[in-house]
Amino acid sequence: MVPDPHTEETFSSKSYLEMELLRFTTAGSVDDGKSTLIGRLLYDSKSLFQDQLEAVKRASLKKGGEHINLALLTDGLRAEREQGITIDVAYRYFATPRRKFIIADTPGHIQYTRNMVTGASTANAAIILIDARNGVIEQTHRHAYIASLLEIPHIIVCINKMDLMDFHRDVFEKIRSDFQHFSDRIFPDKDVRFIPISALNGDNVVIPSEKTPWYDGGTLLQALENIPILNDHNLVDGRFPVQYIIRPESSEFHDFRGYAGRISGGVFHKGDKVIVLPSHLSSEITSIETSADPLEEAFTPMSVTLTLKDDIDISRGDMIVKEDNVPAESCDVRIMLCWLNKAPLNANGRYLVRHTTRDVKCMIKNIQYVLNINTLEKQTEIKSVAMNDIACVELLTTKPLFFDPYRKNRITGSLILIDESTNETVGAGMIQD
Amino acid sequence: MLQLLHLAELESEAIFILREVAAQFEQPVLLFSGGKDSIVLVHLAQKAFWPARIPFPLLHIDTGHNFEETIRFRDDLVKRFNARLIVGSVQESINSGKAVEEQGINASRNVLQTVTLLDVLEKNKFDAAIGGGRRDEEKARAKERFFSHRDEFGQWDPKNQRPELWNLFNGKKRMGEHFRVFPISNWTEMDVWQYLFQEKIELPSIYFTHERKVFYRDGVWLAWAPFMKMKPDEKAEVRRVRCRTVGDITCTGLTLSTADSLEDIISEIAATRVTERGGRYDDKRSDAAMEDRKKEGYF
Repeated sequence: MVPDPHTEETFSSKSYLEMELLRFTTAGSVDDGKSTLIGRLLYDSKSLFQDQLEAVKRASLKKGGEHINLALLTDGLRAEREQGITIDVAYRYFATPRRKFIIADTPGHIQYTRNMVTGASTANAAIILIDARNGVIEQTHRHAYIASLLEIPHIIVCINKMDLMDFHRDVFEKIRSDFQHFSDRIFPDKDVRFIPISALNGDNVVIPSEKTPWYDGGTLLQALENIPILNDHNLVDGRFPVQYIIRPESSEFHDFRGYAGRISGGVFHKGDKVIVLPSHLSSEITSIETSADPLEEAFTPMSVTLTLKDDIDISRGDMIVKEDNVPAESCDVRIMLCWLNKAPLNANGRYLVRHTTRDVKCMIKNIQYVLNINTLEKQTEIKSVAMNDIACVELLTTKPLFFDPYRKNRITGSLILIDESTNETVGAGMIQD
Repeated sequence: MLQLLHLAELESEAIFILREVAAQFEQPVLLFSGGKDSIVLVHLAQKAFWPARIPFPLLHIDTGHNFEETIRFRDDLVKRFNARLIVGSVQESINSGKAVEEQGINASRNVLQTVTLLDVLEKNKFDAAIGGGRRDEEKARAKERFFSHRDEFGQWDPKNQRPELWNLFNGKKRMGEHFRVFPISNWTEMDVWQYLFQEKIELPSIYFTHERKVFYRDGVWLAWAPFMKMKPDEKAEVRRVRCRTVGDITCTGLTLSTADSLEDIISEIAATRVTERGGRYDDKRSDAAMEDRKKEGYF
């Protein structure tokens, strides 16, 4: 249900407590109108407060504009405001009566691939912005590829500035066809939808446009409110990385030993037969605790505390899984790596791998190829990986990791590389089959 | 239905962050201001570590200019949760010459809190300070991380923050550095109020309507107190007000309101047209006020 800006929406506490959460990322450059789009979403969904509007009006006038420059709503840091660009991932929030939204707003330029990868990592959906005057360009390919690499379940392609192309249907259809021609190669089964919009004038963003009678696919907000997200988590393979051991040692809970963590896959039940990795010892779930009554079942991404029947030695970094469904276990891991750091990958270096709650050291066994992100060519002869590069790399770890391929589980299939000499997070990895 | 509703998902995320702090750091501390965000944090911490006690102390940086209701509430909460409380005193920092009292009509000890905070963190060797900051509060916080690295001067460099992907948080640091951690980064003001409502969490009385002597300055109602400096044309009068956000007396803007329950407050906010921090006099001082304070080591 689209909120009608002309009626007063009656606020209901009850409905607020029954909403789902959707995280989405936005890809597009400054010139595609991304900041205007987000400003428009916030403005038309009545998510802006009066003082924010006043501040933006003042700033718009100061910059010499006549209308409210909605893009100014979203630029954060002083340097960015002065130059009118965005250079990092910024998080914005709004809610409609249907859903609460978290926007990971990322810059679109190739130099910020690392930011798009970061913002996309937890997203359920990606908005890819195309300027209707330019159509599908290299940058569009890059954004689509990153969305597929990060396994974002839903893609919404917004073809913006349709007002500058007189809302011609042919323009929209050509761009749609060009995009699908490309996307069929990289994600043939993906949920992709296309919306003709004008962020500046508001057409089809929140309010349906009268200028696109040939289009009946709904507004952007309707798409965001209705995308089904139930299956975005892996509810099949039970995965519980142990995060923290809880031992009250108090008189009331003298013998209590709980394994606290966030369920990263599947569903766990009281009484489930489980195996603990890496020891491979078996036990049974005695209880699933929260601070309220214990639960009969718990599923991803709930944070709970498990107690087991047997007194096994378990520490942070171990993983509790179901007896009949174990993850892969290996020191040899092939990943798609996005390099995040100014200093390039040292092929002879040692890095720390952080995977779920487990830290292990690794070395680079092999750089299979570096991707040309514009042509999708696998460059096997290139052996250096620099900032914003995406490469297929084999790691050798000192202790085994317990993992799933990233396409099956974004939590047990992902990892980061840390350079221990600088403590920086230098790489993001997605485990391949 | 194997789907979490949004507050449950946000709660699960916050509990995950709190447990990560306890696991990754040696001496964490929870920054407690007595405001609603830090009250929610304490409740979340209790849930995260149940049935054990919260494994880190609460730290209150006391400017000496607090509402007395805030202090009473704090002491009561500490008893209820069986928590350890450390109080850092800005007055002491002033007395020992480490901080200089502001002068003038808009004098506040808000900025001085940074000096006291960094001092206490260093003295106790706290390596992680958990705070109730949210990303929706203010422009400079939109890009803040869950795990925000601060250098050995407590300073925040926006260009130096580590990328955060998936559930993976890198809290590694050198000696003398520390982290600020914000478990409710993804919560909006409305989420906090709804959570307080859903969980039936107690709040200090100043959040609800009460009569108070106030005066009007620069579009904001401020509380009168003996140490507040008033301009000749400013007049204090008694009004029915409540606090939407609680700083200390010098910088908390009060709203004229008759809301006396959480439901009333929530309806008021839903209809309201001013952001929460729009009532904070410390943010009005300049457009980039928060950003500048963070660079200096503020919360």
